[in-house]
Amino acid sequence: MATAASDLDTHVNYLNANYGVKSWLLTTDHKRIAILYLVSITLFFLVGGIAAVLMRIHLIEPNGAIFEPGAYNKLFSMHGILMVFFFLIPSIPAVLGNFLVPMMVGARDLAFPKLNLLSWYVYMVGGVLTMYAVVGGGVDTGWTFYTPLSTTYVNTNVLSAAFGVFVAGFSSILTGLNFVVTIHKMRAPGMTWFRLPLFLWAMYATSLIQILGTPVIAITLALVAVERLFHVGIFDPAVGGDPILFQHLFWFYSHPAVYIMILPSMGVVSELIACFARKRIFGYSFVAFSSVAIAVISFLVWGHHMFVSGQSVYAGIIFSALSFMVAIPSAIKVFNWTATLYKGSISYDAPMLYALGFIGLFTMGGLTGLFLATLATDTHLHDTYFVVGHFHYIMVGGAMMGYLGGIHFWWPKITGRLYPDGWARLAAAIIFVGFNLTFFPQYMVGYLGMPRRYAIYPPEFQVLNVMSSAGASILAVGYAIPLVYLIWSMRYGPPAGPNPWGAKGLEWETPSPPPTENFEETPVVTEEAYAYGK
Amino acid sequence: MADSHAASALAHQFEDLEQQHEAASLGMWIFLATEVMFFGGLFAGYTIYRNLYLAGFTAGSHMLNVTIGAINTAVLICSSLTMALAVRAAQIGKRYALVAFLVMTIALGLAFIIIKLTLEWRHDYLEGFAPGLNFTFMGPNAKAVELFFCFYFLMTGVHALHMVVGVGVLSVLLVQAWRGRFGPDRFNAVETAGLYWHFVDIVWIFLFPLLYLIGGRY
Amino acid sequence: MWQGFSIRPDQASTIAQGVDYLYYFLTAIDLSFTGIIFLAIFYFAIRYRRRSEQDRPEQIEGNVPLELAWTLIPLGLVVVVFLWGTSLFIRNSRPPAASTEIFAVGKQWMWKLQHPEGVQEINELHVPVNQPIKLTMTSEDVVHDFAVPAFRIKKDVVPGMYTTLWFQATKTGTFHLFCDQYCGTDHALMRGEVIVMEPTAYEQWLSGGIRGGTMAEAGAKLYDQLTCITCHGTGRGPSLAGIYNKPVKLNNGSTVIADDAYLRESVLYPSAKIVEGYRPIMPTFKGQVTEEQLLQLIAYIKSLTPPEGKATK
Repeated sequence: MATAASDLDTHVNYLNANYGVKSWLLTTDHKRIAILYLVSITLFFLVGGIAAVLMRIHLIEPNGAIFEPGAYNKLFSMHGILMVFFFLIPSIPAVLGNFLVPMMVGARDLAFPKLNLLSWYVYMVGGVLTMYAVVGGGVDTGWTFYTPLSTTYVNTNVLSAAFGVFVAGFSSILTGLNFVVTIHKMRAPGMTWFRLPLFLWAMYATSLIQILGTPVIAITLALVAVERLFHVGIFDPAVGGDPILFQHLFWFYSHPAVYIMILPSMGVVSELIACFARKRIFGYSFVAFSSVAIAVISFLVWGHHMFVSGQSVYAGIIFSALSFMVAIPSAIKVFNWTATLYKGSISYDAPMLYALGFIGLFTMGGLTGLFLATLATDTHLHDTYFVVGHFHYIMVGGAMMGYLGGIHFWWPKITGRLYPDGWARLAAAIIFVGFNLTFFPQYMVGYLGMPRRYAIYPPEFQVLNVMSSAGASILAVGYAIPLVYLIWSMRYGPPAGPNPWGAKGLEWETPSPPPTENFEETPVVTEEAYAYGK
Repeated sequence: MADSHAASALAHQFEDLEQQHEAASLGMWIFLATEVMFFGGLFAGYTIYRNLYLAGFTAGSHMLNVTIGAINTAVLICSSLTMALAVRAAQIGKRYALVAFLVMTIALGLAFIIIKLTLEWRHDYLEGFAPGLNFTFMGPNAKAVELFFCFYFLMTGVHALHMVVGVGVLSVLLVQAWRGRFGPDRFNAVETAGLYWHFVDIVWIFLFPLLYLIGGRY
Repeated sequence: MWQGFSIRPDQASTIAQGVDYLYYFLTAIDLSFTGIIFLAIFYFAIRYRRRSEQDRPEQIEGNVPLELAWTLIPLGLVVVVFLWGTSLFIRNSRPPAASTEIFAVGKQWMWKLQHPEGVQEINELHVPVNQPIKLTMTSEDVVHDFAVPAFRIKKDVVPGMYTTLWFQATKTGTFHLFCDQYCGTDHALMRGEVIVMEPTAYEQWLSGGIRGGTMAEAGAKLYDQLTCITCHGTGRGPSLAGIYNKPVKLNNGSTVIADDAYLRESVLYPSAKIVEGYRPIMPTFKGQVTEEQLLQLIAYIKSLTPPEGKATK
């Protein structure tokens, strides 16, 4: 029963209900907390992105165009730490998840609103600690902190970086906890599990990983910190420790972590495809179960990062087999999304362009994972630029495009404004072209043998590096454009109305922007998800 | 339940008290799952090194004081009893009993921490068993013994930290209980804290044999 | 900028072509599936584009046979790839029995190679063509990685343990050696070359470089210097003649093989494993021997044959 009036100036919504810094910094409204996260993760993305631009400029020359190796090492470490822990992992859950999970289940807020605010503060404390590491001299261990390098052999800001990540991890855990309880206990009457939007299935699966995986990296980094501070030998063979134990503990979290980064995007893509093809997602239950299957199997494959580490051949074989298994549910999703387009009614709005781009790029990038899951080829490709290409295809071509698509889709709901669609589609196209030019050459130069994390490389790799850097400059332009028009739209964009896309879902049945309590009365759900036929 | 006491007990995001109660319970169980994974990393490291260096770990374990460890175990088990009684008191609205049992639980928790700090850790430090700070043991398997003590201090230290947090939470609840905040329609916080307290107790039940009782004693 | 540009690395070892075939097969799978999905998306997006805002497309719930098909076919494909990759990997990880052994020690930021004949190299590894070479490696400090893309080989080099790698070069020439595990400031400079020579040229090179005797002879000198014989020659410690790669019974009842790792551990951490019937009185030599010297001692012990008629303990 949404109010007919969509004029922003008259209806009270979560943005204008209260004014003042205190009303934002002490808010418990999940929508305002989502905005707090949106601003902060964008800032971290910019810092991590500047590091990437500097790296790509440096790599134009085989002997390095700008930096001494030590400085370059700090750049790639900081790029990795900021992008993984402070951008990719929170992005969709903390921004879109926080905003949408209560609305999509038909609730007034998450189960624990104060805990939600605490998670933002915890994230910011972690961020400040890590930024201290960045500006206070840098850290140069790589985001992977391998021992004994990180515990005994570097003099950089490992402690503050590790501590920053440790603290930020609790933000991830608390968010996941909040989502699981909300989805279990606060669904509106009639909202059964199989009527949930697939975005919520994806968020649920993501939350499972956040809850069970993050504590392990927390304790692992705590051990690294203890070893650095007290010079005890938990991972240092010189005093009896085992460096490979670190690798097992680290990857036990960090592999499932990559699914924290991709599952939410897959959830977004389901929403986008359904809306812009005006069709129920083909094979709904298969897509739903695939999300959970990915989350479960993701905990069993971490050893594929360690095939050449000195672990036994038998362990390698088992991890390889399981790694192939985790690819299957992802493939199922790709086929289902594509089949949804069949006999649909497809429009080319910017969010749809991002969704379609996601499907293609995720397919290519995901399949390059098979090269790495295969023992014989991984031996050649491990720690080369092939791996860098692989994960950037999934994280940038996949997760990031899903994030941008989601931001563009729900922007009218979040802000009550429309953005210029022409510029949005142009930016999507520029991003697509820039992205492929940046990262496809990396597969090739990796196969040729160029190692990753190299500040200086043999000259025969230069052509492919220059291509990659050229692509990066185009990609940077592509990312800058939405920053401009989205901010512009907050003041000058036309009012959006409750449902500019004609989408199905409880969030579209309230005004844009929504009132603080989301719904005037608790909705009662009587139809399946994506009931576009009616 | 239409009285104002009940109305103020219901947070705005919930439909009714039952939903609120179930959410609080589920939330705490999930949090305990994360704690299992957190301690799990330490237990995994311990298991691997014990397997590699059994002689050293046995030697290290024999240097700990089993009697004090056993006393502490008894202290914690009693505190779980008093905690359970506190939760029961809250559920049936017995304010003085609730306060009394919370006081006992806090006292037992503090006793555990004090015994550990003064009688065990301080002693270990003075004897030269503290890696990084004062480790002077020179016998056979010295490196493995040092590794054992690393894990001993880490595992009991992380556990003690959880105890301290628990004591803090219970103290806050004590103040609130004294002010009459809890009753049969409003005891989530006590029950949830109880779950946490029992979990910390159970972790100790695992730590005690793994650290103090390696390889038998006599 | 274009000098040396190619899209495929040299195939310079016996396993390179096999790995490449699997790589091409995977590339074909990747490009075809990506192509199919892209084409399907393009086709559907155009064929089913929205013609009016009143469009009400048919809501298709799903199709279980189709789901099974596109689950089982990829499953079949990955099983094929898994079996192929695993069998290739197992074959590639077993050095032929008659391999020449060479020893590598990585440290920040250089590679130190030792030939058993005694020649030592830094950042260069000379090997004969068409002969299997087994590398035994360790690190003095952090985790490094020994990688030769032209041979398609790679293995982490870990402090505190030995890792092994084998290869057989199929053509002469000079090939990149990279450190492939980030190891600190000059990681990108920890590079070298593997120089593959014809056997006669290799022999010549080898004899030109020998100073101070073979690794085993150097090990014998160390054995002397460190007075190992005062125990191991008098019965106070177990005799070492002929024990290499033989089972050894320990005082806790278990039996281990006296391989490289066991010998290294015995010198550095003697109290970790005590041979049955002996007392734990061996002092540690940690800090008194470098990793290269440990390899020389092991080479010496390997060279000791058991005396005629005496049983080895």
